[in-house]
Amino acid sequence: MNIETIANPKIIIKDLNFYYGNYRALKDINLSIAEKMVTAFIGPSGCGKSTLLRTFNRMYQLYPQQKATGEIMLDGANILDSKQDLNMLRAKIGMVFQKPTPFPMSIYDNIAFGVKLYENLNKHDMEARVEWALKKAALWGEVKDKLKQSGTGLSGGQQQRLCIARAIAVKPQVLLLDEPTSALDPISTAHIEKLIDELKEDFTIVIVTHNMQQAARISDYTAYMYLGDLIELGETSTVFTNPKRKETEDYITGRFG
Amino acid sequence: MNAMLNLYARRRVINAVGLSISVLAMLFGLFWLCWILWTLLDHGLSALTPVVFAQMTPPPGSAGGLLNAIAGSLMMTLVGTLIGTPIGILAGTYLAEFGQRGWMAPITRFINDVLLSAPSIVIGLFVYEVYVVKVKHFSGWAGALALSILVIPIVIRTTENMLRLVPSTLREAAAALGAPQWKVINFVTLRAARAGIITGVLLAVARISGETAPLLFTALNNQFWSSNMNQPMANLPVVIFQFAMSPYADWQNLAWAGALLITVSVLTLNVLARVLFRQSATTH
Amino acid sequence: MPMFSNEARHKQQAVFDLLFRNLTRVSAFGVLALLAAIIASLVVGSMPAIHAFGFGFLTSSDWDPVNDKFGALIPIIGTLITSGIALIIAIPVSFGIAIFLTELSPRILRRPLGIAVELLAGIPSIIYGMWGLFVFAPLFGDYVEPWLNKHVGTMPYLGPFFSGPPMGIGMLTAGIILAIMVIPFIASVMRDVFDVVPTLLKESAYGLGATTWEVMWNVVLPYTKVGVAGGIMLGLGRALGETMAITFVIGNAHELSQSLLMPGNSISSALANEFTEAVGDLYTSSLIELGLILFFITFVVLSIARYMLYKLGQREGQAA
Repeated sequence: MNIETIANPKIIIKDLNFYYGNYRALKDINLSIAEKMVTAFIGPSGCGKSTLLRTFNRMYQLYPQQKATGEIMLDGANILDSKQDLNMLRAKIGMVFQKPTPFPMSIYDNIAFGVKLYENLNKHDMEARVEWALKKAALWGEVKDKLKQSGTGLSGGQQQRLCIARAIAVKPQVLLLDEPTSALDPISTAHIEKLIDELKEDFTIVIVTHNMQQAARISDYTAYMYLGDLIELGETSTVFTNPKRKETEDYITGRFG
Repeated sequence: MNAMLNLYARRRVINAVGLSISVLAMLFGLFWLCWILWTLLDHGLSALTPVVFAQMTPPPGSAGGLLNAIAGSLMMTLVGTLIGTPIGILAGTYLAEFGQRGWMAPITRFINDVLLSAPSIVIGLFVYEVYVVKVKHFSGWAGALALSILVIPIVIRTTENMLRLVPSTLREAAAALGAPQWKVINFVTLRAARAGIITGVLLAVARISGETAPLLFTALNNQFWSSNMNQPMANLPVVIFQFAMSPYADWQNLAWAGALLITVSVLTLNVLARVLFRQSATTH
Repeated sequence: MPMFSNEARHKQQAVFDLLFRNLTRVSAFGVLALLAAIIASLVVGSMPAIHAFGFGFLTSSDWDPVNDKFGALIPIIGTLITSGIALIIAIPVSFGIAIFLTELSPRILRRPLGIAVELLAGIPSIIYGMWGLFVFAPLFGDYVEPWLNKHVGTMPYLGPFFSGPPMGIGMLTAGIILAIMVIPFIASVMRDVFDVVPTLLKESAYGLGATTWEVMWNVVLPYTKVGVAGGIMLGLGRALGETMAITFVIGNAHELSQSLLMPGNSISSALANEFTEAVGDLYTSSLIELGLILFFITFVVLSIARYMLYKLGQREGQAA
């Protein structure tokens, strides 16, 4: 396996294995995620890219038959350590899902919900935080007059930006995006991609995508996965123009997958 | 950072308290189930002697059995199921197969769902009004009629649900062979949903075999053996009611025996229905 | 010639199709006719009472078979109070059970426990009644009611509701037994509606670091509130119409008492106890009118319940 030397790693993964019951879905993964960069995981369906992403905030732990072994170091502490507090971990690592998931409450409360979990802000500070998050997510202009309306009334693209705002309002260090545009139209997708580019100034971003062009457009590093193996990790420009491995080349040139 | 930890500590306490209460709620529910079942076994098993199945209900103060009540219950349940099931299956078929358009299906579905949990004592009143008053006497037929009215909504609901689970490709495949619709439905769709529909019928039987209220004004009771459905008819639930409310120890004992009998059969039917449904669900 | 026979066959099949379709349609129509017939027969049966007492029937607390004076107030209040007590107990317990079954229960226990709850719903109501009369009421009267007398009965405001002789049977006992009966109904509806909450929505809340309780209380419950309310109304509908369990333990007294420990009456228990023994047209007719009132109340409650559950179902349909 190729462990790339990444200058400024935020997350370092060592010998990560993942199991759905007895099925081994990730096989000895070793890789690093660069700080304040966008790292994209690509690969055909079932390659383990979403599974890998879901180990970073231990989302898999909702399901008793799933387990991970190995090490995922975040700022020198192992995420997979059973002593690691899950809620605190998730305050540091935010996540956005395939489909928009606005909570059944107002736009304002959608954002305040996560903040309230960790901070006791007064009304004024909370309003400032909500505005900050919505501005960061490039949604403020569209919703500033209807913050009390239900979040479920927004369009799909707006809902997804609301979910991004909700995730960053907590001020996490890492943002996990699990195919965030797969349910969106091209215009909303473009919006989100632009947003990702801006967000990397503040956050370390990991994105799973099945859209190779998207990975090429927005990521700094790309990891190609296949059947639970990490085939190649490198700078996106290199991976797409001059891949080291034949399998990667076949995939990105469309000869396979 | 400290404030955050404080807040977090509070959240964890709330979480722990909330979840503990939910565990307690579960235990609370199970507690009653166990207590009731244990009481039934405790009182019922000792009273459940062979005599119960061999003798008629006794006059107060003497020993006897429940034979006439058991037989009456079986007959009325059987007749009630036989009347209610075909109507329920046909109406359920209408809702699932023909009811896509028009006002009738949605309204029928709604009314049926309401009737599903309507008070059964009112059904008893209804049968009393339209049947008992007209023929001027209580009878087994009236009891069976009241029970059949309880069966219909249950069978309609499960029939419709089960037919909707049948993949439409199956209907299309049969129709593509040129089969007329009545054949498609009777020989393919209903057959595919058979196990589910039988489940519904079993649940309906379970429901009516413990029903007391609708029989009070219809079948009433009969202290003696009667196989004539046109006469007042003994049945377990009403006998249990009368005997349990009586001051006589013999009668109360018989009531416990009857209660155990009914509960065991109702719960067995319930479990049987579930097992059957599960088997059919896995073979699909 | 074969063409002809085919055509005849085809026509014959079309006739069968028509027959079958109409047979099912008539059966479905039978449900509507049944409802109409129930209402009509109850209205006709209660006509003498309606003529004799008018709307005053609803507000009169008379129940005097000797002088032929009848009023529905006491049984109506008894029905509402016992159902109210049942809901106060059953709602939080059902919510807890539903949380346990959807989020907390170990996978192996989930099915058996779910079945156990449904079995609780399957036990015939007469069994609850017997158990209530012979087992629960005596214990309740010996241990809990004296305690209530002593500690709650002396409180201001609340006191009068919990004073009076600890007899075991009465409105409170009936309400508690009703609660045990409706818990499985409400809990299984809640569990079913909690199960329709999209996994991603729950994961999003967990992803923010919310605890299980916060996910249930702040996300799952608001998302399913229509369905949860529907489930509660369904339980209420059950409680209002429940007959045998109440008849055993409510005490069957036509009295209006402020204390919940005193015996009372409900519509269904009055019917169960008195109908077959009622002599005189007006007595019978008054009881039938009670039945009509009960049917009307439960019909409204159950309609609201179904409407709410449909609404949740529809939203599911759109989301999918």
